[in-house]
Amino acid sequence: MNAGKLLSYIILAIVVIAFVVSIALKGFLVTVGAFLTLFIFSFLYKDNPYYKFAEHLFVGASAAYWMSMGFWKTMVPNLFGKLYPPMVAWAVPALKNNPAQPLMLIPLVLGILLLMRLSSKAGWISRWALAFIVGTTAGLNLVRYLRSDFIQQINNTVFSLYVTNASGFDLGATISNVIIFGGVICGLIYFFFSKEHKGAFGAGARTGIIVLMITFGASFGYTVMARISLLVGRMQFLFGDWLGMIR
Amino acid sequence: MGNGHTEHKTLVERLQFIDRRIIFVFIGLAVVIPLLFGAVLKEETTPIVQTFFDTIEGLPEGSRVLLSFDYGPTTAPEIQPMVDAIVRQCAHRKSKMYMMALWATGDNLTGETIEKVLKPEFPDYKYGTDYINLGYQTGNQGLIRVLLVDFKMMYAVDASGTDVDSIPMMKNIRNLKNFDLIVSFGGGSPGIKEWVLYAGDPGKIPVGGGCTAVSAPLLYPYYPNQLIGLLGGAKGAAEYENALINAYPEYKGRKMAGMKLMMSQAVSHVVIMFFILFGNILYFIQRSRDKSRSMEAGR
Repeated sequence: MNAGKLLSYIILAIVVIAFVVSIALKGFLVTVGAFLTLFIFSFLYKDNPYYKFAEHLFVGASAAYWMSMGFWKTMVPNLFGKLYPPMVAWAVPALKNNPAQPLMLIPLVLGILLLMRLSSKAGWISRWALAFIVGTTAGLNLVRYLRSDFIQQINNTVFSLYVTNASGFDLGATISNVIIFGGVICGLIYFFFSKEHKGAFGAGARTGIIVLMITFGASFGYTVMARISLLVGRMQFLFGDWLGMIR
Repeated sequence: MGNGHTEHKTLVERLQFIDRRIIFVFIGLAVVIPLLFGAVLKEETTPIVQTFFDTIEGLPEGSRVLLSFDYGPTTAPEIQPMVDAIVRQCAHRKSKMYMMALWATGDNLTGETIEKVLKPEFPDYKYGTDYINLGYQTGNQGLIRVLLVDFKMMYAVDASGTDVDSIPMMKNIRNLKNFDLIVSFGGGSPGIKEWVLYAGDPGKIPVGGGCTAVSAPLLYPYYPNQLIGLLGGAKGAAEYENALINAYPEYKGRKMAGMKLMMSQAVSHVVIMFFILFGNILYFIQRSRDKSRSMEAGR
């Protein structure tokens, strides 16, 4: 037996002993959560079988969760419960007296068409259902995005560049509005490629790229904050719920 | 090295290629040490959060607030403190809370919030008259579109399968316009943006949100015309908790979940800034050395 193999057996023995001791002291669920967290963290050192085990377990559990949610929360109440309510009376008794909705046959047929993808010969039929999904989503989004994200966002940028309040001139709000207005205009100039970025127009474009860089920097800062929050959450679990070191 | 030569690296060159695991250790320590000492950072509530707080504070007793749990366990450390704070405030204001989820993973977190916050801290709050858990419903933005027209078409039963018509607080609910405020917690899609686009704007219903820090920069442009307020990440949660403590003295001295995150955040941010500066300084030192070496070689 070589040294590497021996070391891996020693690590496995330590993990098993620690796991058993932890179950005795802290209970099963907290122990499993803690060990899975440590397995995932072990990837920070290097890829290893413990990380792989936790990763595969996560993928499997997630797939099973989504599948069961899809069946019990979507298919049962929204399809079977509307198509023929008595069929789901044993699972959701409150739906049994609802009137049947024959129109639900349409989504049923579209759903079956989607599943035809599994067949190599009849797979092309699934495109019809897919076309329906793409078409309705595009139609639904087009109107709302145009109104709320385009027109309303232009409206949000149209404001006074000289702000007053009850006590008179509001310097802070005025500077804030000027920066937002100037930032939007310069950002738009940067993305206007029909005219050469020279002179005053070029200065606007250069200011635009500075605004974009500041935006990217702010986004990166927020991303760091988000990731650290997740790390803090796990550390609170490990050192608090598991080890009891945080009160 | 491979051809038998011993490559002598200077200290600057070695530090430039420092093992990433050393940085991980520093970040880990920066997160854990403040937690172990229980250090809490004092927060000041910014206007975007205070406006949100004041809106809920200004709602009359019995107002209907729709809380949408559009997140999962992966973002819960950031989002859950906001949810807890807003649920507490709504309960203090005696608002009627309608809880639902656009995300399947939000379903369990709704139940967890009820069990861990609402039931132990507000035992007088009764299911069916003061709050309801409608659970997860599929459909994303399509669901919101339908709820805006006919709420009970998609929510005929609550999360436990009870007919909503038999639940007192659902009696006068016809569509989303019957709600005084919609609050979405999340960061992905569907989430706050979809609530603004498909409910808030077309239905003229006030919408507020609590989101992950990653998605906050994308949602700020909706404030103040399309969003009444936004809680961005752990910082937003801590600010909201500060506003809650200021308004409700019973929370004074209590270590709130969002505030507990902030000291670790601050220390780890300082460590990251240090490494960024350190890396840049090393880079410029190395560049100036390379330049002077190439000039000497050219002579």
